[in-house]
Amino acid sequence: MADTAVNAAVRPGVALRLEGVRRVFEDSLHNQFVVIAGMDLRIEAGEFLAVLGPSGCGKSTLLRMIARLDQPNSGRIVTESEKGGREPEGDRAQTAFVFQDAHLLPWRNVLDNAALPLELMGVAKPERREKALAALGQVNLLEAVDRYPAQLSGGMRMRVSLARALVTEPRLLLLDEPFAALDEITRFHLDVQLRELWRSRRMTVIFVTHSISEAAFLANRAVVLSRRGGAIKLDRIIELPEERTNELRADPRLGQEMKLLLGAIEE
Amino acid sequence: MKAFRNILPPLIPFVAITAAMEFLVRGGFIRSYLLPAPSAVFLAIWENWGELAQAMLKTSASAMAGFALSTFTGIAAAVLLSSSRWVQKAFYPYAVFFQTVPVIAIAPLLVIWFGYGMQTVIASAFVVSIFPVIANTLSGILSTDPALRDLFRLYGATPAMTLFKLRFPAALPQIFTGLRVAAGLAVIGAIVGEFIGGGGLGSVVDVARTQQRVDKVFAAVLLASLLGLALFGLINLISGITLRRWHASEQSL
Repeated sequence: MADTAVNAAVRPGVALRLEGVRRVFEDSLHNQFVVIAGMDLRIEAGEFLAVLGPSGCGKSTLLRMIARLDQPNSGRIVTESEKGGREPEGDRAQTAFVFQDAHLLPWRNVLDNAALPLELMGVAKPERREKALAALGQVNLLEAVDRYPAQLSGGMRMRVSLARALVTEPRLLLLDEPFAALDEITRFHLDVQLRELWRSRRMTVIFVTHSISEAAFLANRAVVLSRRGGAIKLDRIIELPEERTNELRADPRLGQEMKLLLGAIEE
Repeated sequence: MKAFRNILPPLIPFVAITAAMEFLVRGGFIRSYLLPAPSAVFLAIWENWGELAQAMLKTSASAMAGFALSTFTGIAAAVLLSSSRWVQKAFYPYAVFFQTVPVIAIAPLLVIWFGYGMQTVIASAFVVSIFPVIANTLSGILSTDPALRDLFRLYGATPAMTLFKLRFPAALPQIFTGLRVAAGLAVIGAIVGEFIGGGGLGSVVDVARTQQRVDKVFAAVLLASLLGLALFGLINLISGITLRRWHASEQSL
């Protein structure tokens, strides 16, 4: 994996600051549901953060707000520049989003799916092609560029989805339970691959999951949210080696981290 | 071998029912001026082939013209309706209302507007076949995967880009469903139009009826059904070729 990585760390990750972020939904009967009651959180540049919590705790809403696909009712989310000030918005390439399922366009082949973000941003075709091939190379999919999503396995589709996210060389990668629908063997492989991609690119990663083992295995820092209101119950630096391989899965240190995370969830 | 296995099951009831009808009519259980023997229908097709073939050609031309019109205007109307919720609320009820108007009742009106001849027949085929195109295209365009809509927003896609690169292609399976229904309806609309506007298989049915030629009525009806079936098959073929690559993945979209 590491040897296929190109343009390592050309764009450093962004730092984010959440200040009193509150999101309330209202149903058709005007009942209000407080999804996130007021969250303060600082995310460092180049951090790999796992957000852990039970279903319905507001993890996805949080991610959508960070991607600016949704707005908080109050509070704000600030992208910090390296100098510490506020960064100008409108750089479309800097944020990428990976969903729970691959969500590919079934009428496009792998290459054109991976190139989609660049196409929407108005990048010229030769450059699109070159960058999409580079991104597909990073997820080891170069042999499948001409194939259509219907011809791919679930794991391969997810890798196309990952390549599509990487194609703009994002500085912030948001992942919403990306491997939850896959079998465990495929998931193990993709976990290692994602970790390696992060190590070579150092973008900021926010990884939302309800898998305790995945959070502990992947992240440098884990935040555990409460079932109601998205209160932060635990904010912990994961003390595991920089390089994460599948051998680590049986390591007692990983077990120790998982135990701490589980303790915070059940509290 | 596979084709044979697909053709055989529907062939069995066809042969059985044809044989039973032949038997019932020849045995005098059913009077032949009410229900002709199948052999008489086939004989009528054989004897009147020149006239019937020409009528069928004319009907299919009108049906296809009406169908093509409703395909283009129907899809365009659906795209317009999908552009804003307000436009949809204002105009969609009229599209539904339009569908409930019985074509047989407005056919005389079409004659007043378009005169006797093909224009009336095409208009009639168009009127009955446009609604399923609008309804299916609209529902297809509006049911785009929300995650993909988010993705397009994230990268700053314009509404036009979202329509042409996402909403419209994603709606294709549903659009084809609408077109299949519309194809059958266009043939019905053309025949009804021909009852009043004249020409084609509709005229053959009408004239044969006044002459008490039930066999010829059946012959024309049979050919009209085959025409609808052929148009349906054509749409199926086009849809199959268009959606070939992504058929299996519709659920994973």
